[in-house]
Amino acid sequence: MILRDILRVLNANHIYIDDQTILDRDFICVSVTDLMSDALAMVCSAGEHTFLLTGLVNAQSIRTAEMLDINTIIYVRDKVPQQDDLNVGIELKMNLFTTSLSMYEASGLLYESGLKTATR
Amino acid sequence: MMKYSYVINKDDYINAGKVSSQIKKILKELNVRPDILRRMAIACYEAEINMIIHSFGGEITLVIDNKAEFIFKDIGPGIKDITLAMKPGYSTANERARELGFGAGMGLVNIKKVSDEFNIESSTKGTILTLRFDLL
Repeated sequence: MILRDILRVLNANHIYIDDQTILDRDFICVSVTDLMSDALAMVCSAGEHTFLLTGLVNAQSIRTAEMLDINTIIYVRDKVPQQDDLNVGIELKMNLFTTSLSMYEASGLLYESGLKTATR
Repeated sequence: MMKYSYVINKDDYINAGKVSSQIKKILKELNVRPDILRRMAIACYEAEINMIIHSFGGEITLVIDNKAEFIFKDIGPGIKDITLAMKPGYSTANERARELGFGAGMGLVNIKKVSDEFNIESSTKGTILTLRFDLL
């Protein structure tokens, strides 16, 4: 499912887009967690086709994504990183989005849309 | 042989992950295979965070020749029960660490899982975590 369609399903807005072509990239997996070690434990083989869905809005969500070669994060409940944290995302060429949905609602919609969990 | 060393300070949450980020860039420039690079980045980041959260501070050393070896050496207070610390879900992380998304109790478990060799020794004088990765 391409990111543009995922964002439509979640009614998500962009916070920062480093690369506009990301909108047409196909995504297969999603890592859904607020615990960064849980994200780090679930390594989908294709980081560029995985995004992180989280309510954790500080720089560590961005650093965790970086370690996993993930460059797309969607925050739930309208959360937006503070400027210092956002600067980390900009420096690391992340693509950041936010949805008003809860983690539960967003996860349900993504599951229905066919997204897979990031595998061990 | 190449050697890189970085000092890590206790409770330095603002800079948490910066060293791992720098190391990842170096490994990328050295053309380390992407799947190995990702495993090394995960291990380094988890261990760096552990050092910030749990230790009095220490040093990360990376040595690269035909293999890559990480040495995470801190100055205490040591891990009371390593067997317990290796158990998935067990955590002694404080509130500040949890606010940052850590304290899942998966740190050492993740590190061991992604490393080709894993060795940990700990006393009240400090902990030494040694990790090795095959680069081929």
